[in-house]
Amino acid sequence: MNALPLILTVFIACVVEAVEALTIVLATGITREWRSTFQGMAAALVTLAVITAAVGPAIDHLPLTALRVVVGALLAIFGLQWLRKAVLRATGYKALHDEASAYLREVTAAQQAARETKRGVSDWYSFTLAFKGVLLEGLEVVFIVITFGDNQKNIGAAVIGAAAAILLVTIVGIAVRAPLTKVPENWMKLVVGVMLTSFGTFWGAEGAGVHWPGNDAALLVVIPVVAVVAGLCIYWLHSRKAAVIVSAPASEVVGS
Amino acid sequence: MKQLKAFGAFWYDFVIGDDWHVAALVVAGLALTAILTHAAKVNAWWLLPVFVVAALAWSLHRATAGRK
Repeated sequence: MNALPLILTVFIACVVEAVEALTIVLATGITREWRSTFQGMAAALVTLAVITAAVGPAIDHLPLTALRVVVGALLAIFGLQWLRKAVLRATGYKALHDEASAYLREVTAAQQAARETKRGVSDWYSFTLAFKGVLLEGLEVVFIVITFGDNQKNIGAAVIGAAAAILLVTIVGIAVRAPLTKVPENWMKLVVGVMLTSFGTFWGAEGAGVHWPGNDAALLVVIPVVAVVAGLCIYWLHSRKAAVIVSAPASEVVGS
Repeated sequence: MKQLKAFGAFWYDFVIGDDWHVAALVVAGLALTAILTHAAKVNAWWLLPVFVVAALAWSLHRATAGRK
């Protein structure tokens, strides 16, 4: 399979994760203290490196069939989570992930938290917040890079996609020194949700023993089908919401 | 014990997320696909996509039913 869809999928997924991590780091560093924030970031990156070093080679030793079932299931579950959230946000059932308000929330919390020196870190709050933010978003990046790269036998391409995304977000973040509010996060999440769900379904079923009609070319049908289903879900929820709003005054009249 | 619970909660949230029904349906779909393929010798490539679509629709229905 061409490496471009792999690189693009990993790139988009990692941009979303990197933007969320950047918001937390900026809010903590600007409001509290950069030194402890960088220490937290560094500790998270070391932890991620250890997890990658431990999990990466272990995955390589799994038989391909077992790997495809496990990774397929995880990717499909992961992808459906992203799709679910993106559809709920697109239809107004869940608030849009707004980096500006997320930033304000973090800043307010950071301003109110007490300062505490612990284990050689001058501001423990900044350290733990940066550590948790970078570790959590980073874990998703690592998971996507390892699973996509290993299944396509092209870890290099997945790493290129992830590195390009992280580099781009870091450079833009340093340049603007503000949360990246113009990134259309929800639509990117929808696209990534479609890709993760499609690849997960394809690999999972293959691992379970099926032979897809057309082999790898079946993905060219699975991806658009999942995208259409997501689109139909958005249409369905919009209609349902409109129906509830229209019927509400009528029921109030009946009730009164 | 508290840290172990927090560790478990972190991984549950990371892998399973907001609605465990989604994970359950995906796993059930995979298990049925494997059974049909290996035991009944049916090339059930269509089954997992059906479960995936059903999982998304069911989860969205549960999340939005009765809400404005």
